[in-house]
Amino acid sequence: MATDLTQARLLTGGEAIVEAMCQIDPDVVPVYPITPQTPIIQGYAKAIADGRAHGEMVNVESEHSAMSAAIAAAVAGARTMTATSSQGLALMAEVVYIAASMRAPVVMTLGNRALSGPINIHCDHSDSMLIRDSGAIQLFAESAQEAYDLTVLAPRLAEHPDVLLPVIVCVDGFTLTHSAEPVELLDGEQVRGFVGEYRIPHPLLDLATPTTQGPFAMPDYYFELRRQQAAAIEGSLAVCAALGEELGELTGRRLAAVEPYRLDGARRALVCLGSTAGTAKDAVDEARDDGEEVGLLRVCSYRPFPAVAVRESLADVDEVIVLDRADSPGGSPPLAVEVAYAAGPVRSHVYGLGGRDLHPADLRGIFAGDAGHYVGLRGGEPCPA
Amino acid sequence: MSRLKALVREEHGTPPLRGGHSLCQGCGIPMVVRTVLDSIEGPKVVVSATGCLEVATTRFPTTAWNVPWLHLAFENAAAGASGVEAAYRALRRRGGLPQDDELTIVAFAGDGGTYDIGLQALSGALERGHRFVFVCYDNEAYMNTGIQRSSATPFGAATTTSPAGSVSFGKLQQRKDLTAIAAAHAIPYAAQSAAGPHWQDLSVKAERAAKADGPAFLNVLADCPLGWGHEAHVSPSIVDGAVESCFWPLYEIDHGEWRLTYRPPEKRPVEPWLRSQKRFAHLFAPEAEGMLDEIQQRVDADWARLVERCGG
Repeated sequence: MATDLTQARLLTGGEAIVEAMCQIDPDVVPVYPITPQTPIIQGYAKAIADGRAHGEMVNVESEHSAMSAAIAAAVAGARTMTATSSQGLALMAEVVYIAASMRAPVVMTLGNRALSGPINIHCDHSDSMLIRDSGAIQLFAESAQEAYDLTVLAPRLAEHPDVLLPVIVCVDGFTLTHSAEPVELLDGEQVRGFVGEYRIPHPLLDLATPTTQGPFAMPDYYFELRRQQAAAIEGSLAVCAALGEELGELTGRRLAAVEPYRLDGARRALVCLGSTAGTAKDAVDEARDDGEEVGLLRVCSYRPFPAVAVRESLADVDEVIVLDRADSPGGSPPLAVEVAYAAGPVRSHVYGLGGRDLHPADLRGIFAGDAGHYVGLRGGEPCPA
Repeated sequence: MSRLKALVREEHGTPPLRGGHSLCQGCGIPMVVRTVLDSIEGPKVVVSATGCLEVATTRFPTTAWNVPWLHLAFENAAAGASGVEAAYRALRRRGGLPQDDELTIVAFAGDGGTYDIGLQALSGALERGHRFVFVCYDNEAYMNTGIQRSSATPFGAATTTSPAGSVSFGKLQQRKDLTAIAAAHAIPYAAQSAAGPHWQDLSVKAERAAKADGPAFLNVLADCPLGWGHEAHVSPSIVDGAVESCFWPLYEIDHGEWRLTYRPPEKRPVEPWLRSQKRFAHLFAPEAEGMLDEIQQRVDADWARLVERCGG
């Protein structure tokens, strides 16, 4: 069931995430400004100023310090949230890996934005892909509504005793962070009841039981510690599915690792992440109206990657076409590689880098086989002055 | 109870940092850490930057720490301490922690993790006013990675990345005055001290730092027998030589007021102290003529400026 418009408020994705943060009411929120996530930290700061939120907001001097303080607070025993985008994530990348290895259940919004250079503030997924192998969970929202729903789900997933990993809720910059949509909110009591108390097994501030956290591991132990971490993120897929069901009971909306859209009888299917799925659904509808047998598979959980669900969803499709909003110069685009590994041969397209729009007509062209590998790239015509 | 007795008492039973770690013989770092932690009453949490202290005390699955200890990376000890402090305040406010003893958060980093790669995080944490004590164990180079030059390395010292050679005389730049930089953040307490023979000076300063009503910074000279090139058993006299020659003066800045905490009875020339360490050996070759005079002039000028700042 979709958003109930009679109960909805008109909110941007950023505003919806702020509402979720006020309801979760984390203990510590270290922040550093970067477009396009700034509406989130500004909105949260105002919520504190108005007494609607009660966390310790730490205005740090860089994203590197934001994630460092977030890890420290989370392992100390405090529920911790933050937000970043693009260069900010690039700067904090070192510590995102450390967050995962220290099993710090930090929840972070990522307002997806292109990486420099040239510097650009608009959406693509290059920033997410930069930390693909960090061990952090990455869930991509399609809409402002889903940005809210995933933000409510994220602390439970991050803090689950079998998971204990950072969870990054990825929301397309501007398309979701700044665009207003009808969003249905749970009431605060429901959210507080759903997320519950923050409990981790070995808080640093348990002074009666001193712990050494973040030690030095040589070749005799490093590999085993990394394997435990990998097992945790692999196992998080089942935890996420169960939590999606549980939250769905409250919201009436489905949250799952993948969303098949009109795949029944589809001969060709698109696979994509994030808000582009909205455009793709329109294109699929148009094509279906024209008698084309096409469908869509939206991937919500990019890390962990639901390989089995992807393979099964695409089992009867003749041609799989993967849309990547990130390129891998000199190699193959990241989502295409992932899907190919999971589901066999695929067609791959790169689109939308640095905020370039993708239209339903482009997607119809892709279905028709008319599009080049780079969709929306200007060809022979000169660039505008 | 005398200060010495109180420190010894802390070392009985479960000292914050116990023996059995793998720091080198003669290393100044454990003397700094134990003196600082033993001088602070009540519960403590330690945050360490990457460096000798972290590597030598926490090799998994062992630990030399009897107090809660956290390490994240090289450049972010101050940011980590900020996060712990924010969590502590949040949890206390909502009743999630016992309300009895005040917790003291102590961050330790070497000069690389303080003067260089850690400076931004340190500056941010000092400006934000987190209640914590940041201790730099300053052994004047990147010792953990093999004695590379840092911005704390003094003029003329040879390191593996500022080596002495047939046409060069070690590091050719003046070191950064980090204690003054920290004090310029208008924090309640900043001080410079030294390991070993000046334990009493360090102990008093650690206590003051922990009681400060905001961030406190201690810059503590710690010798490195390997990097400085001296025998382990002479460590105390090496550190003492730095203080007595005014190469490393001991002072504090308490709420903006500069005060010398030790004035050598007779300021010694710096040359014998330089001669005692292999990192300065090249300065005694005929080709290095003038270098020793230049170092003495710099030490004299820095000392005169400090004495003036401290009210003469």
